[in-house]
Amino acid sequence: MKPVAPAPVTSPLLQVENLQVAFSTRHGVVTALHGIDIALESGETLGIVGESGSGKSVTSLAVMRLLDRAGRITGGRVRFEGRDITHANHADLRRLRGSALSMIFQNPRVALNPIRTVEQQIVDVLAAHGRLSRANARTQALDLLRAVLIRDPEARLGAYPHELSGGMCQRVMIAMAIACEPALLIADEPTTGLDVTTQQTVMELLARIKAERGMAMILITHDLGLAARWCDRIAVMEAGRVVENGPTEALFEAPQHPYTRRLVAASPTRRSTLADLAPEAPPVFAVPKVLKAGTPPLLELVHVVKSFGGPTRAVDDVSFRLPPGGALGLVGESGSGKSTLSRLICRLIDPDDGDIVFEGQSIARIPAREFHKSPFRRDIQIVFQDSHDSLNPRHTAFDSIAHPLRRLEGLRDGAALTERVRDAANRAGLPMALLERFPHQLSGGQKARVGIARAIAPRPKLMVLDEPTAALDVSVQAVILQLLDRLRREDGIGLLFVSHDLNVVRMLCDDLVVLQAGKVVEAGPSQAIFQRPQAEYTRTLLDAVPYFDPQRRHAFSVPTAEPLSIAAKNA
Amino acid sequence: MSEMAIGRSGTGRHIAYVLRSNPVTAVAAAGTLLLVLIAAFAPMLVPYDPVASNVPHALEPPSSLHWAGTDQLGRDILSRIIAATRLDLVIAVSAVSLSFVVGAVIGGFCGYRGGRLDRWVGRFVDVLMAFPLFVLAMALVAALGNRVENIVIATAVINLPFYIRFARAEVNVRRNAGWVEASRACGDSHLSVVLRVLLPNVLPAMAVQISLNLGWAILNAAGLSFIGLGVTAPTPEWGIMVAEGARFITTGKWWLVALPGLALMLTVLCFNLLGDGLRDILDPRMRT
Repeated sequence: MKPVAPAPVTSPLLQVENLQVAFSTRHGVVTALHGIDIALESGETLGIVGESGSGKSVTSLAVMRLLDRAGRITGGRVRFEGRDITHANHADLRRLRGSALSMIFQNPRVALNPIRTVEQQIVDVLAAHGRLSRANARTQALDLLRAVLIRDPEARLGAYPHELSGGMCQRVMIAMAIACEPALLIADEPTTGLDVTTQQTVMELLARIKAERGMAMILITHDLGLAARWCDRIAVMEAGRVVENGPTEALFEAPQHPYTRRLVAASPTRRSTLADLAPEAPPVFAVPKVLKAGTPPLLELVHVVKSFGGPTRAVDDVSFRLPPGGALGLVGESGSGKSTLSRLICRLIDPDDGDIVFEGQSIARIPAREFHKSPFRRDIQIVFQDSHDSLNPRHTAFDSIAHPLRRLEGLRDGAALTERVRDAANRAGLPMALLERFPHQLSGGQKARVGIARAIAPRPKLMVLDEPTAALDVSVQAVILQLLDRLRREDGIGLLFVSHDLNVVRMLCDDLVVLQAGKVVEAGPSQAIFQRPQAEYTRTLLDAVPYFDPQRRHAFSVPTAEPLSIAAKNA
Repeated sequence: MSEMAIGRSGTGRHIAYVLRSNPVTAVAAAGTLLLVLIAAFAPMLVPYDPVASNVPHALEPPSSLHWAGTDQLGRDILSRIIAATRLDLVIAVSAVSLSFVVGAVIGGFCGYRGGRLDRWVGRFVDVLMAFPLFVLAMALVAALGNRVENIVIATAVINLPFYIRFARAEVNVRRNAGWVEASRACGDSHLSVVLRVLLPNVLPAMAVQISLNLGWAILNAAGLSFIGLGVTAPTPEWGIMVAEGARFITTGKWWLVALPGLALMLTVLCFNLLGDGLRDILDPRMRT
């Protein structure tokens, strides 16, 4: 598909024409990009959205000519400031990279050199492009840190990456990326993995720097909310093709391509319900629950305290209760103690004080190292945040799901075990054909299903879900959320849903508990908290969630000068 | 793109792929198989009795009757080389298995638990490694007695520190992985996490160490025999054959030393080359 904008008088800053990229693999040559057309004017922000495997990152790497050895540009052209750089030699590329084209990556901690200080790394970039006057190298580095609004920049100069938080590392990356005043900055998922409030500040910073310096930016993201909020134009990618391309408002308000429509439908807005997100999913048949009066809560926490040595408590006097078959959301940012709390409830670690009561019986007194012998081990299962990390790389999907059945129910290999594994896989929506695969042969969504199937295999009464959808694409997230809701309503499994995303929690859970620094700051019915948050912290969290809302553009992203493409159209 | 890369492949197909893409591994595997067969069927393969002396035919160079020549007592060298394969392989394999099993378990627990146990075992290993290892092996055999079992024990002990350190390091980087925690939620005790979850995952990396060590263990056993410890005179063993033949090398009787030495060298080479291939075969992540 050709760019929507008519050809402007001057050539655009970046023009990608019919770009094709192929990778040679063990199974022959795989085409990653089937002819991409993208154009970007200076000062403009282009969002490239799409789900994993759609070729977003390959596009940016191909533009930067940073493809690894297996990847090759097999056709098309990349023009930058009118020059064809598709086959530029290494010397030219080195001059371009950093000084004209710059890039920031998804995981700033990995992208920074762990054994060099922040100052050294910034100076390296300046020196590589001959922009350094040795005398004031330090001043230049300091100015850059000030530009990215790092608190106490003098002290940060001597810091190593591991001494900085994720958000700070990303600021340092941005400082390095803008050090040589590039004309184009490519940001590949710059906020993925950061807390929502940090996400917000990093994006505000990027937009501000972009506006101040007149840079153009390509924002690569899987998050439509983020793209809608910060980008002027959007290119939607699916399976190596740009399926739709246009100004943000027009594109999201009236998506043309079926894939864009599906993406838009799957992105949670402030008002969407689980049923809205994945309309094709079969309806949930709720078994009416009759709770007798006086039924003890499924789970009750009473003044639970946990610290890992040191003065701060990871979990500080937390109490809440969860009725049988209920769904409770635990919301907070990293460091709020929500993961510690989920491990305490699963009895993988011991609390320092307080009580954990499961179906009327205290389980806090059973030491974590003995808990595998307790009958409650079966009843409380957990689904971990990183579905890849939580699957044993030497186990096939079948073995992973069979693991709790072998250990907790003493089932031996045979028809009974196979039956139970297949049943669990079936309820988790995992195709039987995938049971023989190893984790690295499964996609993210499939691994999440294996993790859920493993948790429901021993037929637990309580499932603790530690951010089970954080690493998933929106369409997969929608399906997984619906699956969890179904398990709860049809099988009566109580859910404790741990997440940083208030909006997702709102759709799945009746009640929620907001945690900050190990303490409960707010608790109550999710709808009420969502509509009328009482605590300041809850309000901050709510504001930071990048809902998908095409109307809600940020002030900083309104361009100071109209981009050429729009100007040309108006003329 | 990802759908294409994902394809179920059986273990047989995977091994075939590894061998095809890495011909050196295939050669090493074939060599190792040949060695095992020779060791297993040695009594049937030898053209002469390896210990029967035939003094009139002593020190004959290689000929059509005696392909590798004869030694100072007229014994057929080829028969002795073939007969020695079994003893040398048994010593090497049992010594390495012993140190692997003991080392992996101790190292696995140290890596998983950390703390005081880890520190004490770590210091003990440091002390063990501070000795010249061959001298330690000599001392052990001398103290325990000149028998095959004791060569095995001595070789196992001097290998032990490497396995403990290796297993400790490999387990240590994995102990905080999500799947370790997940297996505890699935009902594994700490003991079963180490033995049934962590150690199997460490195995591919250790396979390289094992095969390198097999070669080294054979050299060690041969070295002990060479200096007169361990296996004693009439028994065919590569180390003894080299030691006894060394006296004759100055008079131009090269075959007494060269041919057992060559057998030793090729065996060690085979094991060393096998290492990398073995890791690729054992690691399911290499299957795509």
